[in-house]
Amino acid sequence: MASCFTWIKAEPLGIRIVPADAWIDPARPAPRALVTHGHADHARGGHGQTVATSETLAIMAVRYGVADGAVAARYHEPIAIGGGVTATFLPAGHVLGSAQVLLEHAGERVIVTGDYKRSPDPTCPPFTVTSCDLFITEATFGLPVFRHPPIGDEIAKLLGAREANPDRCVLVGAYALGKAQRIIAELRAAGWQEPIYLHGAMEAMCRLYESLGVPLGDLRSVAGVPKAALAGGIVICPPSALNDRWSRRLPDPLTAMASGWMRVRQRVRQRGVELPLVISDHADWSELTSTIADVNPGETWITHGREDALLRWCELHQRKARALALTGYEDEDD
Amino acid sequence: MQRFAALLDNLLLTPSRNGKLELIAEYLRETPDPDRGWALAALTSAVDFPAIKAGTVRGLMASRIDPVLWTLSRDFVGDTAETASLLWPEPEPVPLEPPPTLGEVVTALSQTTRASAPLVLASLLDRLDTPGRYALIKFATGALRIGISARLAKVAFAQAFAVAVDAVEEYWHGQEPPYSHLFAWAAGTAPPPRTDLLPLFRPFMLAHPLEDETISLAEYVAEWKWDGIRVQLVHVGGETRVYSRGGDEISASFPEIAGALHIPAVLDGELLLRGSAQGAEAGGAASFNALQQRLGRKSVSKAMLAEAPAFVRLYDLLILNGEDLREQPWSQRRARLEALIPQLDPVRFDLSQTIAAKDMDALAEIRASARDAAIEGVMLKHRQSPYVAGRRAGLWYKWKREPLLIDCVLMYAQRGSGKRSSFYSDFTFGCWNGDPDAGAELLPVGKAYFGFTDEELRFLDRHVRQHTVAKYGPVRETDRSLVFEVAFDSVHLSKRHKSGLAMRFPRIHRIRQDKPAHEADQLETLRALVT
Repeated sequence: MASCFTWIKAEPLGIRIVPADAWIDPARPAPRALVTHGHADHARGGHGQTVATSETLAIMAVRYGVADGAVAARYHEPIAIGGGVTATFLPAGHVLGSAQVLLEHAGERVIVTGDYKRSPDPTCPPFTVTSCDLFITEATFGLPVFRHPPIGDEIAKLLGAREANPDRCVLVGAYALGKAQRIIAELRAAGWQEPIYLHGAMEAMCRLYESLGVPLGDLRSVAGVPKAALAGGIVICPPSALNDRWSRRLPDPLTAMASGWMRVRQRVRQRGVELPLVISDHADWSELTSTIADVNPGETWITHGREDALLRWCELHQRKARALALTGYEDEDD
Repeated sequence: MQRFAALLDNLLLTPSRNGKLELIAEYLRETPDPDRGWALAALTSAVDFPAIKAGTVRGLMASRIDPVLWTLSRDFVGDTAETASLLWPEPEPVPLEPPPTLGEVVTALSQTTRASAPLVLASLLDRLDTPGRYALIKFATGALRIGISARLAKVAFAQAFAVAVDAVEEYWHGQEPPYSHLFAWAAGTAPPPRTDLLPLFRPFMLAHPLEDETISLAEYVAEWKWDGIRVQLVHVGGETRVYSRGGDEISASFPEIAGALHIPAVLDGELLLRGSAQGAEAGGAASFNALQQRLGRKSVSKAMLAEAPAFVRLYDLLILNGEDLREQPWSQRRARLEALIPQLDPVRFDLSQTIAAKDMDALAEIRASARDAAIEGVMLKHRQSPYVAGRRAGLWYKWKREPLLIDCVLMYAQRGSGKRSSFYSDFTFGCWNGDPDAGAELLPVGKAYFGFTDEELRFLDRHVRQHTVAKYGPVRETDRSLVFEVAFDSVHLSKRHKSGLAMRFPRIHRIRQDKPAHEADQLETLRALVT
């Protein structure tokens, strides 16, 4: 098995599928790109041909405009991408449209997870465990200190803080694609049916989610709403707007931040928020390790994140693994 | 322990002082003894279990988790207690015992030895959730480091039970955790703890700034306000202690004073150093700057004692030979103080002289002419005033000298915290190191974050955002176009600043939009005001 997986190359700008002359989530424009999901650090514009789920293509269209050469992939349906390689997009449970990519060539099966999580999310189908020879996994929260609590607990905290502060509004900082819609959907599931107010940067993505069949209830733009009407309400904004001048229009906002990093006090303090919500769309440590155990691949490669600790875990569990040095992935707001 | 853990986390998330006070007060009201007392001890750094050190926790974790994973995690989290709380393996099966109370934790930990400590700690950790484990480790190792001062905890105690914070300060000393007597007194179910047999700190009487009040010198006596360190000397049972304004003991920094008082008494005065900046009539005193170098020293060299010996200029007499004089009017206390002076070592003690002036106009003239380094202004004390803790309307006033003013240029701005977190509200300003038309540069001379109105703050915030030329983390450098009139009390030579000068109490006095930056003052102007 010394020379296996020679048709897959991990290069600084992404993962290259040599016989198909294609890349997965390339950081620069490429002739042919397989895109796992719509976050900006994975989905960039300007590729010659983009293969992705139809939801991801729709998200990219909102962000970059409609691209030529888009090929829509359906979950679980293999596509021949040339050079004798077939690609199958499998649900990754990260955000709407997110996928793992199963690549088959020369009798070898390789899975690239992209970003993923195992905990339930009402806005996208769950991660499917699929066997393979080589598993290329993310490791954003690849440290044993990261254990994301059940989201219901965090949503209850949010609603509790709102109820305890009837004169204020709760301002939740959340990533505009995925995190925001998941929180809205979970709030609805927890019985919050009042209008939820949105920062302008959130609106287009929420509308797109709804048009793709994810109901989010009564959403309103915060623009033009009088201060007093927002008291006791919930407002969602991008993390960068939490302490921005924009927030001065709100009634004494109680600032919350929804992120897996909120598990660590120093990160909470750096953010300066009053209500940390440990909500992440990435796998936590126990999900990362149990997924490797479930998939049980012959070899594991670890892409972006804190790969040292996951590499150590593989070593302790007699699993063959290596860390890849990929550039350009950002994870600060997740 | 759960409640204490929630308190620690809520304090971390609450930036405002009032918010923190309310959280601690609520905890103290609603938590039973002895837990609330132990929590109070933890907040005031009065908890110590000698058998438990940070190394105990590290050693314990090494037996539970791979050392490489521990080190990677600890490096990321940045705090041993927090890393351990996050990594502690959840016990299986779930223990039957409920989470321990703080009182139980104290009982368990105080009986440990170095050898038994890891086991005892482990069994407690097994009964707690993540925040509880964090609080336990912080409590056990005695290093809370959550930005709560002992003073804030005492103010919260006073607020919780609607008692005077000065009484809390007074009775606090001499009490041991878990402070059950103190809580009983605050609840009105016990008499106050006895304090007369201990060398305890008594809260200072303070003064209001004199603003528009009309004062008659028939009712009020005038006295210089000396610019040293306000101290209280307490001699009981052959021991003398020197306390500073905040109630901190500073005897070790001033051994010549602590060793010079032999009469059972409590005295209030100003600690000064003899030096070249001569005081008006009653002996020389060095500037505040010289004193700063003595403060905070745990021991003082013979050379320092010889070069700049300390003495105390006495203002008041609180207790003498067990007799509490604080209820008596100022004039009677003053008479007792004057009678006491001849019995004191003249090298170490003198009397703060009163100022003879026929009316306030005459006093104003005397005040204005006294541009002396060791004089901050004038005190006005009601002749009938008892000695009461804190600031009381109508009793004592301080009438500071007019502030000094200088025009500076805004150089850097930093965001504030709490309510000001979206505003640039901390300003660094500078003066020219020569003629700006001949290529001189601006050098920073001070930093101020108050003195302006909310409306001015909005203007300043906008100005900073529109005139930024560079960003360094939370700091913005501006294009150096805005002039401030900065008010300050005095200016001293300082080796710590590039300009060589340091101001006392600088504040933004006026925003001079009308003044071009090159017309701001030069360092020479500021240097000429050095005292």
